[in-house]
Amino acid sequence: MSAAPLLRLEGVACRRGGRLLFEGLDLQLGRGETALVSGPNGAGKSSLIRLAAGLLEAAAGKVERPGPVALADEFLALDTKIRLAGALALWARLDGGEAGRGMAAMGLDGLADVPVRMLSTGQRKRAVLARLVASAAPLWLLDEPANGLDAEGQACLAKAAAAHLADGGAILVASHQPIGLEAGVELRLG
Amino acid sequence: MSALVLRELRLAWTGGGALLPPLFFLLVATLFPFAVGPDAPLLARTGAGALWMAALLAALLPVDRLVEPDRAAGVLDQLAVRGIAEEQVALAKLAGHWVSFGPPLMLAALPATALLRLPAPTLARLELGLLAGTPGLAALTLIVAALTAGLRTTGALAGLLLLPLAVPILIFGAGLAAEGAPAAAARLLAAVSLLLVAIAPFAAGAAIRAGRS
Repeated sequence: MSAAPLLRLEGVACRRGGRLLFEGLDLQLGRGETALVSGPNGAGKSSLIRLAAGLLEAAAGKVERPGPVALADEFLALDTKIRLAGALALWARLDGGEAGRGMAAMGLDGLADVPVRMLSTGQRKRAVLARLVASAAPLWLLDEPANGLDAEGQACLAKAAAAHLADGGAILVASHQPIGLEAGVELRLG
Repeated sequence: MSALVLRELRLAWTGGGALLPPLFFLLVATLFPFAVGPDAPLLARTGAGALWMAALLAALLPVDRLVEPDRAAGVLDQLAVRGIAEEQVALAKLAGHWVSFGPPLMLAALPATALLRLPAPTLARLELGLLAGTPGLAALTLIVAALTAGLRTTGALAGLLLLPLAVPILIFGAGLAAEGAPAAAARLLAAVSLLLVAIAPFAAGAAIRAGRS
């Protein structure tokens, strides 16, 4: 749609522990676009997501992210002793977002008062995605978002992602299972 | 920033971690007379120094909980993704940590000096020293916590890293608490403490960033 990309990788190489995972990677992600990263275990899918998030330095090449980014990876990053609504509200305050919107989108409304430590694996995954939905950042980076989600959770994710794309957002997703999204770009590593 | 400081305070108090240093401090004050005997003049002469040693060792206790849980849970990553500098995160941690470390220790010093039968002027000088010195101790704790985050066993290493660096605080702190201490001791203690506080956000921030790759 728009000319200015939300994420641009140019000739990016990634080296982890002295091993070259990939090199010469180009990717441009504009508004309303989805890119799917696939590949076997250890091919560098998660590293690519962390590169795009700015958590890893590229061994070569350029990574450009003009706007804010929301990341959902394997880590919960929520305070486990307090209730879910409070834990998400902390991040929503930092993002200038609204925690309630994310919880509603991921079907977590009934769990607002439950302490985070009591949540199941799938519920934790939903909470991670709820933070992402609540953040209002235009670029989503998803690392295996469907891991641990049940059918209903996956439907929630697909619906939220479709709404995000319709809103002019972009999604970079690393996954080896389908998450119900039409990927405009497919990147295969390894 | 204020949200991060408040979060640190909540983590310190809900986990009960903030209670450990003052309890440890009091325990040392209780045990010290058993070790050296209940001789009042001897306790009056050595008690303040023993309490400073206790404060130093108490500063080691929060090393495990300051940075590592946030690193392991991905909180530090999520903050970085939001463009919040590691230095800013470290500064918030330092502020939150001092509030849950310094004042409780100063409060614990009241019963501790009573247990050791220290005279009132010594108590006043000890409190003044703790007020000036605990920010420096908190800064050292944070630096060591950031350096050792991600390592499997931190206990012994943290002690080896922190205690030598805390020597100036111990010297000037215990010197200030001694009878007839020169006023310069307070200023030197404050200066050392200030220096550590100024370095800590950058040192801890760099350590957090380095620990990511």
